[in-house]
Amino acid sequence: MTKRYAMVVDTRKCVGCKACALACAAENNVPQGFMRSWVVEETRGVFPELRQQFLSERCNQCSEAACVEVCPTGASHFAEGGVVLVDHNKCTGCKACIASCPYDARYVHPAGYVDKCTFCLHRVQAGKEPACVEVCPTRSLHFGDRNDPESEVSVLLRTRKSKVLHPEAGTEPNVFFLE
Amino acid sequence: MNPVYTEVLSTRHNHLVDPGLHIWGWEIPVYLFLGGVVAGVMVLLALLELRRNRRPVSAAAQWMPFVAIVLLSLGMGALFLDLDFKAHVYRFYAAFEPTSPMSWGAWILIAVYPVLVLLGLGALDDSTRQWLGKLRPLKPVSRPLGWAFRLADSTRRGMVWASLALGVGLGAYTGLLLGTMVARLGWNSGVMGPLFLTSGISTGAALMMLFHLEHEEEHLMLRWDTVAIAVELLLLAALLVSFSTGGATGEIAAHNLMGGRFTPWFWSLVVVGGLIVPLTMNLLEARGRARASVVAPILVLVGGLALRAVLVASGQATAFHMLGG
Amino acid sequence: MRVNRRTFIKIGGVAAGAAAVGIPLAAQHAGGGRVLALDPGTDGDEVVPTFCEMCFWKCGVLAHVRQGRVTKIVGNPEHPLSRGRLCPRGTGGPGLLYDPDRLKKPLIRRDKRGTQVFEEVSWDEALDHVAERLGSIKNKYGPEALAVFTHGFGGSWFNKLAAAYGTRNTGAPGYAQCRGSRDVAWELTYGCPVGSPEATDIENARVLTLIGSHLGENMHNTQVQELARAIDKGAELVVVDPRFSVAAGKARYWLPIKPGTDIALLLAWMHVIVGEKLYDRDYVDKYAVGFDKLAEHLVDKTPEWAAVETGIQAGTIVETARFIAGARPASLVHPGRRAAWYGNDTQRGRAIAILDALLGAWGRKGGFYLPAAMSVPAYPGIPEPTYKPKDPVDMPLGTVFPFADEGLAHGLRDASLPGAKVAYLLKAWFVYGTNLPMALPEPKKTIEALKALDFVVSVDVLPTEITGWADVVLPEATYLERFDDLHVAPFKPSYTALRQPVVEPMYDSKPGWWIARELAKRLGLGDYFPFEHVEDYLEKRLSLMGSSLDDIRVKGVLTAPKQPIYIEEGVVPDIATPSKKIELFSQQLADAGLDPLPTYTRPDAGPPGSFRLLTGRTPTQTFSRTTNNRFLARVYDTNDVWVNAGRARELGLANGDLVVLVNQDGARTAPLPLRATERIRPDCVFMVHGYGHTSKGLKFARGRGACDTDVCTKTRIDPVMGGTAVNVNFVRIERVSA
Repeated sequence: MTKRYAMVVDTRKCVGCKACALACAAENNVPQGFMRSWVVEETRGVFPELRQQFLSERCNQCSEAACVEVCPTGASHFAEGGVVLVDHNKCTGCKACIASCPYDARYVHPAGYVDKCTFCLHRVQAGKEPACVEVCPTRSLHFGDRNDPESEVSVLLRTRKSKVLHPEAGTEPNVFFLE
Repeated sequence: MNPVYTEVLSTRHNHLVDPGLHIWGWEIPVYLFLGGVVAGVMVLLALLELRRNRRPVSAAAQWMPFVAIVLLSLGMGALFLDLDFKAHVYRFYAAFEPTSPMSWGAWILIAVYPVLVLLGLGALDDSTRQWLGKLRPLKPVSRPLGWAFRLADSTRRGMVWASLALGVGLGAYTGLLLGTMVARLGWNSGVMGPLFLTSGISTGAALMMLFHLEHEEEHLMLRWDTVAIAVELLLLAALLVSFSTGGATGEIAAHNLMGGRFTPWFWSLVVVGGLIVPLTMNLLEARGRARASVVAPILVLVGGLALRAVLVASGQATAFHMLGG
Repeated sequence: MRVNRRTFIKIGGVAAGAAAVGIPLAAQHAGGGRVLALDPGTDGDEVVPTFCEMCFWKCGVLAHVRQGRVTKIVGNPEHPLSRGRLCPRGTGGPGLLYDPDRLKKPLIRRDKRGTQVFEEVSWDEALDHVAERLGSIKNKYGPEALAVFTHGFGGSWFNKLAAAYGTRNTGAPGYAQCRGSRDVAWELTYGCPVGSPEATDIENARVLTLIGSHLGENMHNTQVQELARAIDKGAELVVVDPRFSVAAGKARYWLPIKPGTDIALLLAWMHVIVGEKLYDRDYVDKYAVGFDKLAEHLVDKTPEWAAVETGIQAGTIVETARFIAGARPASLVHPGRRAAWYGNDTQRGRAIAILDALLGAWGRKGGFYLPAAMSVPAYPGIPEPTYKPKDPVDMPLGTVFPFADEGLAHGLRDASLPGAKVAYLLKAWFVYGTNLPMALPEPKKTIEALKALDFVVSVDVLPTEITGWADVVLPEATYLERFDDLHVAPFKPSYTALRQPVVEPMYDSKPGWWIARELAKRLGLGDYFPFEHVEDYLEKRLSLMGSSLDDIRVKGVLTAPKQPIYIEEGVVPDIATPSKKIELFSQQLADAGLDPLPTYTRPDAGPPGSFRLLTGRTPTQTFSRTTNNRFLARVYDTNDVWVNAGRARELGLANGDLVVLVNQDGARTAPLPLRATERIRPDCVFMVHGYGHTSKGLKFARGRGACDTDVCTKTRIDPVMGGTAVNVNFVRIERVSA
């Protein structure tokens, strides 16, 4: 059974500390001025009736990725587990993928190619977790194979209420947020 | 007092996407414009020939394919400037990605060159060909040149149809590229492909009408230009209607054009100056109430460039995150 | 088709082309069809365990080193505080190590103090100069004229030096400006301080009550990890805070209390819990004294009374009291961290301590555990100083803070001012790792003192404001470049951690132990640092506990075996109060003429139209220490002032406007952005402490945001331990004309 990697973010525990965003930047040498992972703080309501949620966001590694569809050279492609990677050697920097991403997850690396979160596939292939998942002090980030019904992510998605970002974009994202 | 007040803060400040998309500057509208003009010229030249069953009469119409080659090359130059990894430009031609309108476009652009060359060579009348043959710089290549003329003549029918097909493809694919991007609320519409094609035709006709054409050529250009402008106005109206009735996403899309930053430019340069005024002038000219002049064509050309500039900019200023969902 | 030479060449060419494409592709897929993703190359050739100093929690980290450069820092899975995970600041360690603005060479002042004009000198020249000046200070005024300020684990070497030199005038802002009041409250009640790390058993609590503590923005790694674990297990929160903090966002009850009225709420809660007999009777009978006096004191502290003072409805007070008591003994009322708020902070700490005792939480699972610390012998052969220094002068003549058990940093500052009413004036400062101009309230006094002193030495890593006022600046190596003493902590489990260099010190920086020892030698105090290499010192200490440097180097930490830490597990609490019991009623306080039970006084209202200024933390920064860190700045690079959105609208201020705060004494801050938010009461404003640097050397942080200390010109002194409360300043907001 092919793997379908996914990430599950538990917003109930997340305190929005941004350790994930910074650990990612350190692990992946993300160039200054860009972030592969970021935290969105949402507060709703009027004082004192307030609700708050922190969302640790990154590329959603969509199953129907618009960026892969639109790439003219095949640089943006599906790799192991459905992770969307950019082949640096094939990228011309045309930026159609950046325009096509409903989540604005991509950026242009100073070297000229387009880059984004890779689910730390280089770590996953070595048996480790993505850098953001590993560092999170509240253990809010979970990573695994959605196609394995016994994986942590599958169990969480079965047992807790979850949502994805902007499902109306139709790209079938693979980052889920537990309420 | 807003009963459901939402504060959203993000730690992402990627200047290419925050607060709005900023990836495509002047290079893209310039290419879209020049590509559109060339597409229009290819379609119109083909239609002219198919309609009258004779080769172009005026010098302008004969030489137009070569003008188109120059314009297209300038446009592709602008595209090249936009690339962030210019050394990899050959990669467009190391692959064909059927789901990518840009990949289609890359191959169409390559195919356009030989078609335009043969279309142009075949259009040149005998006196022009002889004159060319006598030119000193062309003496060394007179044999291949002769061979080329023969090829152009023997493939004339095919080249005319190819010009029509490739022109439609060239004119529509850029609109399709923008129109199929779900992420950009200000572009995401099925109207974009036909809109860009129609605009290409109207600007192509306008370009041709800047030159002295043969009487029937002029007459047909005027008619087709007028029809194209009218259709373009209808398509733009359809675009705005679809945005306005498109719920929350449509509201954001419509906002830029109907109450936001780009509104004055859109209405003055594109709609009024670029479409309504020249349409009126064309109609008057058709009824013999006005003389032919370069004013209307220039307005159409400016309007065509402005349309693309406004749409490229306003589409980049739209995103799902603006929905605050 | 006839196969002739031409066809053969064609076919051959195609085949060759296919091979040229196919063979590399095949090679890529040779590993069972798996294409390896590109590795960014940040894994180290060497991974060195040590512990962090980006804040003062001291989490164990693993530093990855590749070709001599630290590529990244991750958590040490073996260390009990970090358990392999880090807060954002820990990850930002390389941002400090490679900060281009770091102090690089010893400096001697060449112009007026404060102009930041220095000359680079050699270590010998700098150390000789410091020793010479300190020697002459000792001769002229006596060694007590030297005050030593430290903040950070590396300060231990300089505290040893101070003791050897002969002064008891030592202090850290962490006491009177921060946690002193809650530790004294705990000592008065339970006979021991709260401790750091706090002995709070958050992960096992069923209800966690936070009084103003903003856990989650206060990013003490382990506490936040435990908070998350508790939430996973179904724990619920009661958060009492004028601001909708991150913790409030996860709370079952958020009580947006009127600032300064917490004691009223705590007393009313106790009134309900005692009145409705919801307290742990057996526990109180067994372990506590003074219950009857407490009960009598609580009679008139009704929820209705508290409702008027706090702005929280009486019904809610009753409901939350029952909720908190219902979860006992795993009901933890957290004593907070920085508690210097209103001037009655020890009494508020006492109220929390008493409430925790009524809940039977102290010493119990889900409340406060009773840790034992590993015993690591001291280095043998260091003599006790024979000279008995005079009493310190951190308290003015005629004033006594009877329960202060650490030096009052602001008191030492005050004792350096000309004309100060103290037994003797302080003439010299030795400042290690604490940016006093931004750390101490009443900043003008700090500058005045700095101008008046005979001699100022600053040991630091970055050119912070204090270094600009020093006569000699000594560049210390960062925590990633040095050994420090062993960190022995009482925790669950107890452990001993090693700080060791990950890379060689950059520039001409030196580790603190070396600086202290070199100074000691030159001052004739070499006997107090009887080791040539600090590794000998560490090796000796470790060997005395049956271990070795090589042993501890492997994991970076030695962990004690699991021990009983709860009364339920058989631990007999050792309550070091005079009565040997938990003192609900404090006879000690009564004997000193102070309130034996917490009483409530209504806080002063500020000038009309002004806001009370509240300050706090953000998870990605540690006040002024980290605001120059360009890596951390990627996610947070300036503070802003939170103003209630409705009030902002009334004042004609919009989100993002650049404003200046002006306080009741006319003091002003630098401009900073305004955040119009629903997340705060209309009567107060909030800002993160640590921005508004003015030092020329801090090229990134300079001019970013504003410094709250600038408008903390008023303090209220806690009569029990002398803490400086700063939440007594009121500001109005002025828009800066763009």
